[in-house]
Amino acid sequence: MPSMMEGMRVTVNGAAREVPAGLSVAGLLRELGLQPGLVVVEHNREILERSRVGETGVHDGDVFEIVHFVGGG
Amino acid sequence: MNLQDERLEIAGRSFRSRLIVGTGKYRDNPTMVRAIEASGAEMVTVAVRRVDLDRTKEEGVLFHLDPARIFLLPNTAGCYTAEDAVRYARLGRAAGLNDWVKLEVIGDQRTLLPDVIATLEAAKVLVAEGFRVLAYTNEDVVTALRLEDAGCAAVMPLASPIGSGLGLVNPYFVREIKTRLSCPVIVDAGVGTASDACLTMEQGVDGILMNTAIAEARQPERMAHAMRLAVEAGRHAFLSGRMPRREVAVPSSPSAGMLD
Repeated sequence: MPSMMEGMRVTVNGAAREVPAGLSVAGLLRELGLQPGLVVVEHNREILERSRVGETGVHDGDVFEIVHFVGGG
Repeated sequence: MNLQDERLEIAGRSFRSRLIVGTGKYRDNPTMVRAIEASGAEMVTVAVRRVDLDRTKEEGVLFHLDPARIFLLPNTAGCYTAEDAVRYARLGRAAGLNDWVKLEVIGDQRTLLPDVIATLEAAKVLVAEGFRVLAYTNEDVVTALRLEDAGCAAVMPLASPIGSGLGLVNPYFVREIKTRLSCPVIVDAGVGTASDACLTMEQGVDGILMNTAIAEARQPERMAHAMRLAVEAGRHAFLSGRMPRREVAVPSSPSAGMLD
């Protein structure tokens, strides 16, 4: 486990969050208990294709929106 | 006599049911699933929202609806600018189900009436990006024509404000929109009960999209069934061509052959 010193501050769905350094977006989703196939990730206002969550790194200050489908009219 | 109706065709996809239903406001998911089943709808709308990270057990609607059985139409509900609507539409498409979107840009919080200028602006952007745009709009004929010109796959005038249940307030303009447009016209929002749905279909429109009328009924499943029948009844009444309205009575039994 990286120490807190090596952690990064990111924003996920509007809330600040501390995550370990060197994390991929796929790793972030795992940390959050989410299945990549059931959510859509917007990374710094750009939609991240599902096929790229494994190869895309998380950086200090990144802003994520993680969305899914809910009931609506 | 063949009493079958032709299928509803939108953007190269065809549907047997002319009823499209929303998935919002149900008291629980099993109720929603049973209501959709009873409605006979083959297309349902869904919204794009943040995953709730604090309640990790919360499930998205995909846990309850099988996209292989039912066509999911992502909406841009809750958006007040063209930019936001485009953003939500792109997120919906990135879910990987299809490239359709129910475009909705709201212009007023109290009435939830559409911002038609922003809707048109967003429609142009989305059509250029290859989306199949089904655009929610008011019952204004000129806006409906502009949305069709912009390349929308369907134009969806309201019956009355979203969630109001006031029924079809402007049958004349809805009929005019249907007459003037070549793309499918789906009435979206405002239907409150089965007679509203029937009356709406009697105007000749191609279908109806509704949510609250079913979800907020005391028995959603039964109301969904009623709506299914009402949409079919209204459709067949339209196709059959109603009798003229007369200001005077005309007897149904022969006036000849009466006794002295």
